[in-house]
Amino acid sequence: MDKKRKSVSYAKWGYIFIAPFLIVFIVCQLIPLASTVYNSFFENYMNGLDQVGPNFVGFQNYITLFTPKNGNIDILNYAWNTMLMWIMGAIPQLVFSLLLAVIFTSARLNIKGQTFFKTVIYMPNLVMASAFSMLFFTLFSNVGPVNQIIQAMTNTTFNFFLDPMATRSIVAFINFLMWFGNTTILLMAGIMGIDQSLFEAASIDGANSTQVFFKITLPLLMPILLYVAITSLIGGLQMFDVPQIITAGSGNPQRSCMTLIMALNRYIGSGSKNYGMGGAVSVVIFIITGALSMIVFKSMVQGGDKPKKAKKIKGAVK
Amino acid sequence: MSSNSVSREDNHSYRFSLNLSRALAYIFLVFVTILSLFSFYLLIINATRSNNELQAGFTLLPSGNFANNLVKALTDTSLFSIPRGLLNSFIVAASSALLTTYFSAMTAYGIHVYDFKGKKFIFTFILAIMMIPTQVSAAGFVQMVRGMNLNDTYWPLIIPAIAAPSVFFYMKQYIESSMPLEVIEAARVDGSNEFRTFNAIAIPMLKPAFAVQLIFAFVASWNNFFTPALIIDTSDNWTLPIMMSVLRSKLNSQNGDLGEVYMMILLSIIPVVIVYLFLSKFIVKGVALGAVKG
Repeated sequence: MDKKRKSVSYAKWGYIFIAPFLIVFIVCQLIPLASTVYNSFFENYMNGLDQVGPNFVGFQNYITLFTPKNGNIDILNYAWNTMLMWIMGAIPQLVFSLLLAVIFTSARLNIKGQTFFKTVIYMPNLVMASAFSMLFFTLFSNVGPVNQIIQAMTNTTFNFFLDPMATRSIVAFINFLMWFGNTTILLMAGIMGIDQSLFEAASIDGANSTQVFFKITLPLLMPILLYVAITSLIGGLQMFDVPQIITAGSGNPQRSCMTLIMALNRYIGSGSKNYGMGGAVSVVIFIITGALSMIVFKSMVQGGDKPKKAKKIKGAVK
Repeated sequence: MSSNSVSREDNHSYRFSLNLSRALAYIFLVFVTILSLFSFYLLIINATRSNNELQAGFTLLPSGNFANNLVKALTDTSLFSIPRGLLNSFIVAASSALLTTYFSAMTAYGIHVYDFKGKKFIFTFILAIMMIPTQVSAAGFVQMVRGMNLNDTYWPLIIPAIAAPSVFFYMKQYIESSMPLEVIEAARVDGSNEFRTFNAIAIPMLKPAFAVQLIFAFVASWNNFFTPALIIDTSDNWTLPIMMSVLRSKLNSQNGDLGEVYMMILLSIIPVVIVYLFLSKFIVKGVALGAVKG
């Protein structure tokens, strides 16, 4: 009886301990999320100093979002820009990270100074993206050092920020530079999680390092690679700081660098306060990320179970 | 005898190929190091040069105008004040980091130590929402904040830090692996109440996890641009990322003093870089730990 009373009073403490987290989560994220969705069905914006709405308009905001304007569906263009800049950064990022992770974990190569190299490649990840982008803007601007070198060599300058692919490349390069160190460390953890006896067995069987990489490392790394790729994609969908600073919020040249979140920022910024259209854009982003998150969530639940089972079996054998 | 010489030759060619791949690996590592550091090197060099020197041409060597640029960057108030921005960013980042780590640990502890109805559901729910970016609820959040007249204050930047699913997840993993329930039982027998047990016994045991998450939360908040830009309206309250965007917009229409611009960029990233250089071993390990467990 004593026991029973105790467990009841402790359950109360459980609720008390998680209460702040849950309350703040509900107030600051769940309710805003619900009101974002709710608002997407209303006309609600500032026209100059006049408040328009809120008036219920059904799916009109979504229809507006996907209706071609001057032959363009802006939101699809922005989605395309976001994806393109993500891919341009993510591919070299994965290649570099995979290569570095293999080099760092190779017992055969036995690389010295690993701590130094890891410290250096991880550093850009912690640097303020907006300041880093500002730096790259100044470096590549018309009066910046890159153009001074081009000028010295060719006697002309190249305006990087008037060329869509050049601007996109700079954005993608910054993203690559900021994230390849992080990805390297994640992949290293993955490689070190692979059963070492497999590598030993392969080397006894006379496999060379290329064979080991393609036949053992890569297949066994697939779940983590998938996790890294999808989380990177979710991060990519949120791309904002770098293109926002690089293009001063315009997304130019020809809005080729306008991303989904930049569009959202334009709608809900203090200028237009267009919570209707902003809500519709948010819902679109939410659906895409939600679908991707489900994949990660599922792979995490699976990935979390498998090693445990494997460990248990190993323990039993011992 | 002949087999012996073959194996020696084998060994020789193996050693050669090993040395070759090792050399290639180091060359690649040096290349990657330069790639990572070069832009920062240029930033520091350019922060030592005057506007005229910067306009005149490109060099990899430092000049003598570091102090000049520093004074200009710190005293210029035409757009904003950098010292003010450093202070604002510090207030927001430090408060968010403390709230994030403390309340995430508290939540994780609550879920780990106590049994209560709906615990499993809440845990799964927090995991499921971990990946959803805050941006998708930003429209509703900004509207709510403006409705409550809390725009242009730091409350909407600091309070949401209490609910950080990914920090919670990290803490949960750490507590599971490092905190035996017997310790808590023992504290109860000694008459410690539940809050005291958490504050005086659990938290000291969680120190390493606290340190890692404090750093990450501080850096994330220090670098955060999206939400502050939507909420902070007046220049006195701007955090550094907003100042960077204002600086960028100004350079769009007119040329500024470039030496000063580089110095301002340097000043806004240097606090985090210094912290990183002191704690890098710790941080890199923390990332790897999160990777193994996440």
